[in-house]
Amino acid sequence: MSRYITRLSMRRTYKWNGRPVGEDRKLRRQYYGSMSISVDGRTEDVTVSLGQYILIEGENDDNPFVAQLLKLYTDESGKMKTAVVQWFVRMYEVPQYKRKLLGRDPHPQEVFFYQDSSCDNEVDGESILAPVQIMYIAPEHPFPEGKSKDMLFVKHSWDTKSFQAVDPELIEPPPSPKSPPPSSRGPQARPLPTPDPSIMKRAITGAITRGSMSTGKMSSTEAESLHSASKLSAAKALSAKRRSRASSGPHVRKKLELCSPSKNMSRDDVLGEILDKHIDTDKTLMSKMNTSPSGRISISIRLTPLKCNEEQQILPLSSHSPDKPTLTAYGSDSATSVFLGVPALGDDDPESLNNTGRTPRKREATPRRASVRGLKARTPSRRKDSASLKEPALTALAEEEHEDSPAQTAATPRSKRKSAQLVSSRIRKQLNLIANKFDLQSDGEDGDEDDCFVPSKIDLQSSSDEELEAKVDSEDELVVKKRRGSRTPRATDKSCVSARTPCKTPSKKAAPSTPRTPRHATPSIPSRTAPARKPGNVLEEARARLHVSAVPESLPCREQEFQDIYNFVESKVIDGTGGCMYISGVPGTGKTATVHEVIRSLQQSAEQDEIPHFNFIEINGMKMTDPHQAYVQILQKLTDQKATSDHAAALLEKRFSAPAPKKETTVLLVDELDLLWTRKQNVMYNLFDWPTRRNARLVVLTIANTMDLPERIMINRVASRLGLTRMSFQPYTFKQLQQIITSRLNRVKAFEEDALQLVSRKVAALSGDARRCLDICRRATEICEHSGNQQKGSGLVGMSHVMEALDEMFSSSYIAAIRSASVQEQLLLRAVIAEFRRLGLEEATFQQVFVQHQALCRVEGLQPVSVSEGLLVCQRLGSCRLLLLEGSRLDLFLRIRLNVSQDDVLYALKAD
Amino acid sequence: MSKRRPAALSDVQCVSLVQELLRERLCHQKLPDQPIGLDSQYKHLLELLRRTAVHGESNSVLIVGPRGSGKTMLLGCVLRELMSLKEVQKNVLLVELNGLLQTDDKIALKEITRQLHLENVVGDKVFGSFAENLAFLLEALKKGDKSSSRPVLFLLDEFDLFAHHKNQTLLYNLLDVSQSAQTPVAVVGFTCRLDVLELLEKRVKSRFSHRQIHLFSSLSFSQYVDVVRLQLSLPQDFPDHRFSSQWNQSVTKLCEDKSVLEVLKRSFNSSKDFRSLFSLLFMAVSRVSVSHSTLCEADFLESGRLISADSKANVLHGLSILELCLIIAMKHLNDTYDGEPFNFQMVHNEFKKFIQRKSHSIHKFEKPVVMKAFEHLLQLELVRPVDSGVCKVQREYQLMRLMLEHGQVMEALQRYPQCPTDVKQWALSAFA
Repeated sequence: MSRYITRLSMRRTYKWNGRPVGEDRKLRRQYYGSMSISVDGRTEDVTVSLGQYILIEGENDDNPFVAQLLKLYTDESGKMKTAVVQWFVRMYEVPQYKRKLLGRDPHPQEVFFYQDSSCDNEVDGESILAPVQIMYIAPEHPFPEGKSKDMLFVKHSWDTKSFQAVDPELIEPPPSPKSPPPSSRGPQARPLPTPDPSIMKRAITGAITRGSMSTGKMSSTEAESLHSASKLSAAKALSAKRRSRASSGPHVRKKLELCSPSKNMSRDDVLGEILDKHIDTDKTLMSKMNTSPSGRISISIRLTPLKCNEEQQILPLSSHSPDKPTLTAYGSDSATSVFLGVPALGDDDPESLNNTGRTPRKREATPRRASVRGLKARTPSRRKDSASLKEPALTALAEEEHEDSPAQTAATPRSKRKSAQLVSSRIRKQLNLIANKFDLQSDGEDGDEDDCFVPSKIDLQSSSDEELEAKVDSEDELVVKKRRGSRTPRATDKSCVSARTPCKTPSKKAAPSTPRTPRHATPSIPSRTAPARKPGNVLEEARARLHVSAVPESLPCREQEFQDIYNFVESKVIDGTGGCMYISGVPGTGKTATVHEVIRSLQQSAEQDEIPHFNFIEINGMKMTDPHQAYVQILQKLTDQKATSDHAAALLEKRFSAPAPKKETTVLLVDELDLLWTRKQNVMYNLFDWPTRRNARLVVLTIANTMDLPERIMINRVASRLGLTRMSFQPYTFKQLQQIITSRLNRVKAFEEDALQLVSRKVAALSGDARRCLDICRRATEICEHSGNQQKGSGLVGMSHVMEALDEMFSSSYIAAIRSASVQEQLLLRAVIAEFRRLGLEEATFQQVFVQHQALCRVEGLQPVSVSEGLLVCQRLGSCRLLLLEGSRLDLFLRIRLNVSQDDVLYALKAD
Repeated sequence: MSKRRPAALSDVQCVSLVQELLRERLCHQKLPDQPIGLDSQYKHLLELLRRTAVHGESNSVLIVGPRGSGKTMLLGCVLRELMSLKEVQKNVLLVELNGLLQTDDKIALKEITRQLHLENVVGDKVFGSFAENLAFLLEALKKGDKSSSRPVLFLLDEFDLFAHHKNQTLLYNLLDVSQSAQTPVAVVGFTCRLDVLELLEKRVKSRFSHRQIHLFSSLSFSQYVDVVRLQLSLPQDFPDHRFSSQWNQSVTKLCEDKSVLEVLKRSFNSSKDFRSLFSLLFMAVSRVSVSHSTLCEADFLESGRLISADSKANVLHGLSILELCLIIAMKHLNDTYDGEPFNFQMVHNEFKKFIQRKSHSIHKFEKPVVMKAFEHLLQLELVRPVDSGVCKVQREYQLMRLMLEHGQVMEALQRYPQCPTDVKQWALSAFA
């Protein structure tokens, strides 16, 4: 999460600790036992030693790679520090479709022992970020609750095919890190983006008691921690422990999952995801929160059996009483309740955010109360912010948001209470209001609170802003968040009143004065009320199959090209190298379709583990507004990040040049390459340069129409990088076209054999464009259908229908247009030709033509037209483009040219 | 209007009712019940759009026809019938664009997004950059599929202008959607250009289905006259039967009148479209008043004369004798030098020669006065400088062209009130 990102901006220095522990003469390596990492701006060095678990810098800044350090050595120069590691993978590194193999929801802090020999296990020593804690848990045991965020759990191993129970012996407990005494890390250490070792340790303590790995030392730490300066976290660790004890057992776990937003995504996953999204904001917020300790309000906790949430329902009421004294004790001497309230908030937010930002389907799956909370919880503070906030537009939007699930707006009492708590806890925090004495009176007043807040719709945007803040809190928290109801602080009457008094609000939450684009707008077309009708008869069926959009079972007639592209991509994917390929061909020859087909079958074989996995990204030069948008689109499809084009280019550059182990090959399809042309050609240059990088693992397939595009428009250094792997798709021959239609029709008998041949021959002769061919066939079925109504034929599409369709599409409409033109228009065309003949030129002015026109009128026995009328006729022909007119301002001196051949005009007029 | 009133209405009421009724018809405010002479095209388009709306089949089509041939009217009729199906009415989304309004893809995209009410529309405004909007729209269209999403009809008026947008991005994307398994769309383009396909870029062209519906009127003159009769007749449910039958009788009689037919024929010869016919009829109908409660042939003759009148003839009538003389001088120059441009000095010389010969009938004008008259002609754009850019030359020597036809000058002279005979003779004489 956010604690790692600043790391990148800080300089890390790596030093060997002590003397080499061994030496390999042959390889000229010196082995070391440990290494210390010092980070600018931090006083203590972090030491990593063999056997310890470490975090390794990867492409994902938020979730660095996890590994166990096996060896540390340096080469003879002493400059390169290399580490040999045993990898662990996180769930997100496992391909999406294999995640379900686990058979349960992964824990967000779960890692898997990675068993894949193909993976490079040597990494650059300087990519090590920090040590991390990993705990082995037997598969049958549940995950411990209330652990630090930095604790990772191992249950299973992953060998790219299946999850297996991991041998506990493989996971040796690492030597505990030598961390400075906890007292030295007061709240001032908190803003540092790294996990606070002291807190971590305490968390471990909890973990170990849970995970039945007891050490005498640990319990002493616990005791010590109770008196440490940061009592907050200690208290929380403790309470978490207690809670987890209370809610242990598999059935509890099950309950938790029931209320998670969706079946295959645990709440924590969602939280993690959302946290990721807001890293940047988090950072600033963190620094703000930094100042809060002084302002923290202490409110003692009450145990309220009544308010049990569903998770806590199994808590026997009696079990609370023993805890009560301890908790109150903490509450009275240190600030806790605010923080206890916060996890619940952190817990809720993913859901509400999920509600706003996901697809409607998902939204429906989420529990209703979540969204209500998300929307309503913020009301009071927003109300104070400004009145302008309630923009009608935004309200309308929010309403729209809820239209499809009206149940969402109907708040259940429980959720209302939740929201009230959430709000009040934050308000108290902001006001520095210490309401200790009211706590005792607060029992059973939750119902009233709800009424205090006018439920109103608030823009989703701002609510997500606030969630951020809430999440910062939860991040400070070391207690895991599976806790609700029973311990959440309750707002008192007093705090309700104070909540409504105008008070300072953080500037970062300033109400947007103008309506902004909803950040989480889902691009979608509303779905239809009545389902689309299915094709009813043979002709309709045939038409559906012949539509270009219908995806054929296979692509006939492109076997060779398919094979070539397949081999190219497959070899690159297997080798883990990169490369470029240029595919050319006139439109409608199946370039894009073939590449898609290749990717589809490669993905299939990757699924069956025949080849390594790869990412597939597609961009289209026509589907972007500017060549530089290519970067933005690639980045977005690769990492789901949004950035400006410059920034995206920089990020991609970094991504493709930085060495990162375990990187998947990326296959990038660039359609309509010629549109990515810029004057400096830097977009093309980059696209072709990245694959040549050593660590890029990028395969670029480019598609364009012209065969010699590299020679024509690319400057040398770009063309050279594109390489010579070229392929050109020839236009389809008539046999191929025929085969395409037949294979698409797939035994639906709708066409006469001759008719098909006619179509394919005609199209092959003209362009060889398969789209054209299919379109003509579709049109022919329509014509057949219409004529079928009048006379009973064979019911099949015959020659006559096809001929008609061909005529419609290919015959020039000029002749028909001339024939249907008015008398004066025809006369003017004649006059134009007469004038051309007289002049011997192909251009004349209107004045000259007009003289001819008047003469012709007299010959035809018509009343001569006036100049204005003549011009009108002329302009009308010009707008049809039968005539080409130039300089229409010139009036009489308008220049006229014919857009049709003189013979055509004469032919059309003669037949009349 | 539909209020039932007692049988007899006063003449004033009747006439104003007639005026109202006919104006509405002639000003294209109402769709006709059935498009005239476009049956097959109507069926074709209806069938095509119905398939998109009902079956979710993507299509693209161009409707090509000269101006005034009823492209928009055809679509209006088709949509009216299509929307009468309940199944369609609730499902179809309409997006109407006009090449004259959406002059580039950026504006067009915003307009599409707005009309589709996608989720990045707040109120009535679309936010986000061009690139974002495009990505958003494409994403939205991509998410849909044939059977479950609402079909979208894109109606692109002045289709040819969209082809001039940069890279034809919008057309490519719309047509690409229509050729792939995404949200069902129907792209309907309207244009009067016959060569519109040549404007499309090859990739865009390949994605277009090449369906073109041509609207060429194959109207004969008798049909044309029938249309006139139909348009002018009063409906059955006109409140005052006596008046309406009288009116209808007079209309029928008019349509057989020779001089009226001649006017109509002239209009028919000039152009077959209904728009110019309607403007002719409109002028005639406008002359109906209480004192003149039925149409007569004089109305037609007058409106025919107005319609076919030359626009410059009126300007010429307002000229002074001096200016007219200058025009005649220019005409002679044109005749002698075969249309070569002239300058003021040449015109002045010509005019002086004429004055010398006929000093008794025409005033002698000073050169500055003549120059002034010349400049007035210049302002009226009856003469135009050959190349307006270069003004280095002294004004007297700047090359000019006469923007009048021989016939126009002669006609103006004929009609000029109290034109001196000498001037007329001078104009008629072959040599100056």
